[in-house]
Amino acid sequence: MARTLINVPAKAKRGEIIAIKTLISHTMETGFRHTNLGVRIPRDIIDTLICTYNGEEIFRTRLHPAIAANPFVTFHTVATESGTIGFRWTGDKGFSATASAKITVE
Amino acid sequence: MGERLTGRSNRRQFLAAAGGAALALTVRPASATPAAMTLAIRKVAGESEIKPGKVKIDMPPLVENGNAVTMTVSVDSPMTAADHVKSIHVFTERNPQPNVIDVSLGPRAGRASITTRIRLADTQKITAIAQLSDGSFWSDSIEVIITLGACLEDNLI
Repeated sequence: MARTLINVPAKAKRGEIIAIKTLISHTMETGFRHTNLGVRIPRDIIDTLICTYNGEEIFRTRLHPAIAANPFVTFHTVATESGTIGFRWTGDKGFSATASAKITVE
Repeated sequence: MGERLTGRSNRRQFLAAAGGAALALTVRPASATPAAMTLAIRKVAGESEIKPGKVKIDMPPLVENGNAVTMTVSVDSPMTAADHVKSIHVFTERNPQPNVIDVSLGPRAGRASITTRIRLADTQKITAIAQLSDGSFWSDSIEVIITLGACLEDNLI
């Protein structure tokens, strides 16, 4: 399981715009590099990150090989209600990772 | 005499082979061209007009290491149900592939701004386009100078 790091404020006011930062450890092998013997290293990247807020999708991104290793993505959302913000990364070679964070909205 | 000729032809063959090998080594993986970037943009925007403005790319103009360049793309939008940003797309001119990232947003985002770290192979132009809820496309481009490009770390493994 890849290591993930999520930064979501623990508390927020209703209607406040919060920043969500996500980081996951992954080599993001581009598929354009070669070994000493000239053999192409096959592509192995994370291509999708989906974020849900209490089960409802709020953010989706498609990543390409031009994203640096250990993909870091920051985005925003409106704090509507207390609950769970879930994250799912999927990629080549059946890669899949999930993470979640709790938020309390006052 | 006959032996010498054979020797010569061997040398000639060797030189030809060496030249061929050198040529093979200098062939780099195909890189995207401005035309490839335009094509990738057209794939997203179709025939729609793309106007400059509203979108802002924020990244350092001079980068030492192209392996991880922090980039922020923000779009000037109230992000309401009636007027919001639907998607943001980033393209490069001289990376092996023109696409960098595609983001889908909605009114729940509150603010149309994303940050990520990207790879840049060379000094080049980066273009971001955004599609608004009314179907219009807006763009911004930025020239970035790279002193050490990504994708050059071949033969390290």
